[in-house]
Amino acid sequence: MLTVSMTVNGKQVSKEVEPRTLLVQFLREQLGLTGTHVGCDTSQCGACVVHLDGTSVKACTLLAAQAEGAEVTTIEGLAQNGELHPMQAAFKEHHGLQCGFCTPGMVMSAVDLLKHNADPSDREIREWLQGNICRCTGYHNIVKAIQAAAQTMRG
Amino acid sequence: MPDSGVGDRLARREDKRFLTGKGRYTDDINRHGQAYAYFLRSPVAHARLKSVDTAAAESAPGVIAVFTGKDMEADGVGSLPCGWVVTDRHGNPHKAPPHFPLVRDKARYVGDHVAMVIAESLGQAKDAADLIELDFEELPAVVDIMKARGSGQIHDDAPENLCYDWELGDSAAVDEAFAKAAHVTKLDLVNNRLVPNAMEPRAAIGEWDPGTEEYTVYSTSQNPHLLRLILCAFVLNLPESKVRVIAPDVGGGFGSKIFAYAEETACTWASKKIGGRPVKWTADRGEAFLSDAHGRDHVTHCELALDADGRFLGMKVDTTANMGAYLSSFATSVPTYLYATLLAGQYTTPVIYANVKAVFTNTAPVDAYRGAGRPEATYVVERLVEVEARETGKDPAELRRLNFIKPDQFPYQTPVALQYDIGDYEPSLDKALEMIDYKGFGQRKAESEAKGKLRGIGLSAYIEACGIAPSAVVGSLGAGVGLWESATVRFNATGTVSVMTGSHSHGQGHETTFAQVVAEKLGIPYDNVEIVHGDTGRIPMGMGTYGSRSLAVGGSAIVKACDKIIEKSKKIAAHLMEASEADIEFKDGQFTVAGTDKSKAMAEIAFTAYVPHNYPEGVEPGLDETAFYDPLNFTYPAGVHVAEVEIDPDTGITTIADWVAVDDFGNVINPLIVEGQVHGGIAQGVGQALIENTVYDRETGQLLTGSYMDYAMPRADNFPSFRVETTVSACTHNPLGVKGCGEAGAIAAPAALMNAITDALGVEIDMPATPEKVWRAAQSRLQQAAE
Amino acid sequence: MYDFNYHRPSSLEEAAKILAGAEEGIPLAGGHTLLPTLKQRLAQPSDVVDLSGIAELKGISEAGNAVVVGAMTPHAEVNRSQVVRSRIPALAHMASDIGDSQVRHRGTIGGSIANADPSADYPAAVVGLAATVKTNKREIAGDDFFTGLFETALEEHELVVSVSFPVPEKAGYAKFANPASRYPMVGVMVAKAADGVRVAVTGAGPSVFRWTEAEQALASNWSADAIAGLSHSPDGLNSDIHASAEYRAHLIGVMAKRALAAAG
Repeated sequence: MLTVSMTVNGKQVSKEVEPRTLLVQFLREQLGLTGTHVGCDTSQCGACVVHLDGTSVKACTLLAAQAEGAEVTTIEGLAQNGELHPMQAAFKEHHGLQCGFCTPGMVMSAVDLLKHNADPSDREIREWLQGNICRCTGYHNIVKAIQAAAQTMRG
Repeated sequence: MPDSGVGDRLARREDKRFLTGKGRYTDDINRHGQAYAYFLRSPVAHARLKSVDTAAAESAPGVIAVFTGKDMEADGVGSLPCGWVVTDRHGNPHKAPPHFPLVRDKARYVGDHVAMVIAESLGQAKDAADLIELDFEELPAVVDIMKARGSGQIHDDAPENLCYDWELGDSAAVDEAFAKAAHVTKLDLVNNRLVPNAMEPRAAIGEWDPGTEEYTVYSTSQNPHLLRLILCAFVLNLPESKVRVIAPDVGGGFGSKIFAYAEETACTWASKKIGGRPVKWTADRGEAFLSDAHGRDHVTHCELALDADGRFLGMKVDTTANMGAYLSSFATSVPTYLYATLLAGQYTTPVIYANVKAVFTNTAPVDAYRGAGRPEATYVVERLVEVEARETGKDPAELRRLNFIKPDQFPYQTPVALQYDIGDYEPSLDKALEMIDYKGFGQRKAESEAKGKLRGIGLSAYIEACGIAPSAVVGSLGAGVGLWESATVRFNATGTVSVMTGSHSHGQGHETTFAQVVAEKLGIPYDNVEIVHGDTGRIPMGMGTYGSRSLAVGGSAIVKACDKIIEKSKKIAAHLMEASEADIEFKDGQFTVAGTDKSKAMAEIAFTAYVPHNYPEGVEPGLDETAFYDPLNFTYPAGVHVAEVEIDPDTGITTIADWVAVDDFGNVINPLIVEGQVHGGIAQGVGQALIENTVYDRETGQLLTGSYMDYAMPRADNFPSFRVETTVSACTHNPLGVKGCGEAGAIAAPAALMNAITDALGVEIDMPATPEKVWRAAQSRLQQAAE
Repeated sequence: MYDFNYHRPSSLEEAAKILAGAEEGIPLAGGHTLLPTLKQRLAQPSDVVDLSGIAELKGISEAGNAVVVGAMTPHAEVNRSQVVRSRIPALAHMASDIGDSQVRHRGTIGGSIANADPSADYPAAVVGLAATVKTNKREIAGDDFFTGLFETALEEHELVVSVSFPVPEKAGYAKFANPASRYPMVGVMVAKAADGVRVAVTGAGPSVFRWTEAEQALASNWSADAIAGLSHSPDGLNSDIHASAEYRAHLIGVMAKRALAAAG
C-alpha cells in the first residue's frame, strides 16, 4: 500500500491506496466523488477528464500515485458558492447535455480550452473536443454552449 | 406562468445535477457489504463445453463464489425470453432456442457468459477468473449471414440457422405491377452492423434481503418494469411483489438498455445464493462491445418499379437479417414489424412485397438500436427512390413530390399493414429545399470542382411509426406485452404535485417536458411539479421508453390522469362554491362558477381534498389519480433531411458541407429538447453512414472492432452544425397531438448522406463510406471521366 | 490491472538502479500507452518506475543548431514551445495533433519513441529530421533507433533522456488519421537540411521508414512536381480493417505532397 496526498477541490486529502489505483478510482471509490465517470478503457472517451494542476487530463490514465502533491479539480469543484461556473450555466442554457454521462468530462475539457484560447472558432472547439465522446447531442449544442461560455467569460 | 408551459424553450431542470457531478448512475451506487461480480466470457465464437473447472478460482483470495450454467440449471433458472413471436410464412412460430444467462452446453459467441466470479473486490474477481480452466471443443464459427444457412448449426432446434422466413404483402400483385413497369431500379444494400455505445456502460447491483426475502435490482434499464417482468415471470420465477427494480440516472440507451441481459439476471440470482450480500457488476467498454445487443445488420436486395410518368407501381424487398447467437428481448420484431411495415415511406406505392429471413450467427445478439427497423426501411426506400431518379433522369425532389401521399388522402392505408392518420409532406420538402438552396447546388458543385473536389447532394424523405404501440395491434402481430403507458398525478396537500410516470428518461429530459405538460394542463407553477420515474417501488406499472413513445404514450397517460384530477376537483369546487358541478369551468388553474366571479384555485382544492372538513358527500378524500393510456394507432413522424457533402478524391475523405432537417413531429412541447434529439439522431445516422462498423473476423468470429481504437465513434470534428426546423401536422389520436422525435435523425440520416455521397461519386458504395471505399470509387469515376 | 510496486525516483541513476533490481521493472513516462495496456492485463510488471520526478528529463532547449527536447516533455509543451515553433515549426505542428488535448498534456516524446508504436507520430520526426536520441548510456542516431514493430535499439532498462533535432532548412508534416483511433494511418515528415532531404513515413508499415525514391527526387528538385509521378509500393505495408496496403501506399504519396506544401 502507498499513501497518497493531494488537494482535491481545495481540500487536502491523504489516503492509503494500492499502487495500481487509478486517479479516477481514487476519486470515485475513496473520496466518493462520483461525478468523474469512466466510459472506456482506451483513454479516448474523456468522461473522466479532471484538472491536474490546472490542466485537463484523463483520470483513467493516471495512477493516483502520479497525482501525489497535485491540485486536482473535479466537476464537483467547479461551481463556487453554489453558483454554476459560466461553462456549466452555458451547457444548461443551450442544452449541451442529454444523458449527462459524458458531461463532467466535457465541461472540464471545455473549461481548459478557454484557458488556452479565450475566443475559439467552432472548428477549434470541435478539434479540441476530439478526446471527449458524446453519443447523445451530436455535439451541436455543446459547441454552442462553449461559444456562449467563452463570450460570457470574455466579459 | 411565463416560459414554463407547452411550447417554451425551457432549459432542463435535470441538468443541474448532471453539471455538478451529482447525477446518480448505477455505478455511482455502492451498497453496504457489496461484493463484485466478473464474468468469464467465451474466448471463442463457437465451442462445445467439455468442462469448466472452477476449483482453483474458488479458493483464490477474496473469492466468495464461482457459478456456472450448471449451478443455474440446478436452481431452475430459466432462459432469457424473446418477447415477440413472429409467425413465419408457413404459419409456424419463429425458432426460439434457449438463451441461458450462463451457458450450459455451448458457447455461441465471443463474449458469451461462461462463468461468474464473485469476490470482495473486482480485482480479486478478475484474478480468480484467470484461474478457471476451460476445456472445450472449438466448432467452426458462423459469421457471414449470407452463408449462415449452409454452415454448421448453432442451435439444435434451428436447422439451417434459420430463425424465421417471413413475408408481408402480396407477391403476385407485385409481380403483376412489375410486369407493367416502364422502369425498374434494382439495388443491393448492406445495412451495417452497429454497436449502440451509450456512454454509460451497462451496470447492475442485485440485492436480496434475507429478512424480508425481497430483491432490489439497480440496473441501467430503459424500462424497469419490463425488466422486472422478465426476471420474475420467465427467468428467476419470483413473485413481482418481492422484486423492486430501480433504474436511476441512466447514461443513454438508444435501445440497448431495453433488454433483459444475462448480467443483471445473474447478479440478482447470485445475491441470494451468497446469502444476501449485494452483488455489483459494471461493464467496461470492452465488455460492452462484446455483450451489448448490437443493431441493424441486414443484407437486402430491393427493386422499385415505376411507370412512364414516374409513378411508383410496386416494390419488392428481400432481406436477410442477423439475429446473432441468441434472440435478445425483442430481436424478432425489428426486421419484421418495425421494418417491412414502413416500406411505403411517404409514397403511394400501391403494392409492396417483403420477404425477410432471420438467421443465427456466432455473433453478439442483435436487437433494437435507435430507430430499430425503421432506419433500415428508410434506407431501402430512400436509396431506391434516389437511384431511380438518377436512372430515369428525373429530379430526385420532384420524383418524391409526385409520389407523395397527398394531404387529402389521410387517413391513408398502406399496402404494408399500417394506416397513417395524418401527414403533410410537401411543406417539409419545400422548406428543406429552400434552406439548403437546392437551386444553387449546381454552382456550389462547380466551385468544388474548381478546387478539385467532388460535391454531392442527397435527400431523405423518411417516415417512422412511433408512439409504440396500440396493444391489441401489436398483440395480434405476436408481441408478448401490451405497450400502453401509465401515470399517476398526485397532488400533495400543499399544492405541489408528484407525477409518477412509467416512461424512463435516460437523456430525453422528461423531468422538464412532462412538468411543462402538467403545469400547463393544471394551471399550476412549473416548479410545483415533480416527475418521478425509474423505480418500480415508486411508480405504477409502466412500459418504459423506446420507439419514440414517451410523450405520445406516456405524456398522454399524464394528460388522462390530469383530466381525472380536474374532473374530481370540479366536484370539490362546486361544493365549496355551492354551485352545480355542471357550472364549474376550469381554466389556468382556476375553477370558476360560470358567469360569476366566484373561483377557487387548484391549490385550494387540493388542500380541501386532504383536509376535507367541508367536503362533498360521496367523494373520496385525496387528489391522486392514475391513468393508463393505450394508443389507438402508431404515430407517424415524417420529414425531409438534405445532406450536402464535399469529397477529397485524393484521400477519399468526405466532409459534410451542410445539413438541413425539416421534421413534422406534430405539436412540440419543448423545442430546445426536440432540436437536441434531432441533432443526436443525425449524428448517429451519420456515424452509421460514414464511419461506424462492427467487424467480426470471418473465420474465427473474433470481434475486430472491440474498442474505440477500431470502432470509429463520431466525434465533434466529424460534423458541421445542423440546421433544424419543424412543420406541424398534429397527431389526430392522442390528446397532445404529438408524434415523437427521438429516432427521426437516426432514421433519416443514413439515406440522405449516402445519397449525397453516391451523387458526388456517381458510383454505388455501401455503408460505411470509409475513406478507402470513397477513394476507390472516386478514382474509378475520374478514370471513367478521363476515358 | 495486476498489482505492482510503484517508485518515483528523483534521478536517472536511481531509476536505473530500481529497474535493474526489479524482477520485471518497467518505466512509466506519460503512461498513455502503458496504463491502458496494464488495465487490459496485457502486461504484468513487478515494479513501475515513474520518471516524472527526474528533473533532467524535462524541458526544451537550443543547443547549437539543434532543438533538444527532454524525454518527459509532454506533447502540448512541444507544441507551445516558442523555441520549437520558431526553429522547427513542423515539429510543433506534429505535436499539436498527437492524440487529443488531454493525451497531449500527459503523453511524452520519450514514452512515445521508446514504445515505438507503428502508428505513432514522433518516429516520423526522429527519422525525418535526423534526430539523435540521447539515453542514459549513449547516443543513438535516429535512423538506428527504430528496429521493428514495437522494437527499438534501447537495451533493457536503458532510458531515453532527450531527443536532439537538428534544425532543418525546411520541414513539413502531414498525416491521415485513422477514423477510429485518430492515430496516423499514414504520416509523412518531409525535411530539407544541409546534409540532404529526408522523407520519413509512419503508420504505413511495421515501423517508421524512409521513402528514398522521394528523397532522391526532392534532393534534385524541391517541388511537388518532383514527386508527382512517384508512387510507393504497397509491398510490406500494413493492411487491416481500416485500410489496405494499396490505399496506404497511395496515401504516402498524397501526404508527402501535403507535407511538402506545408514545408514551403
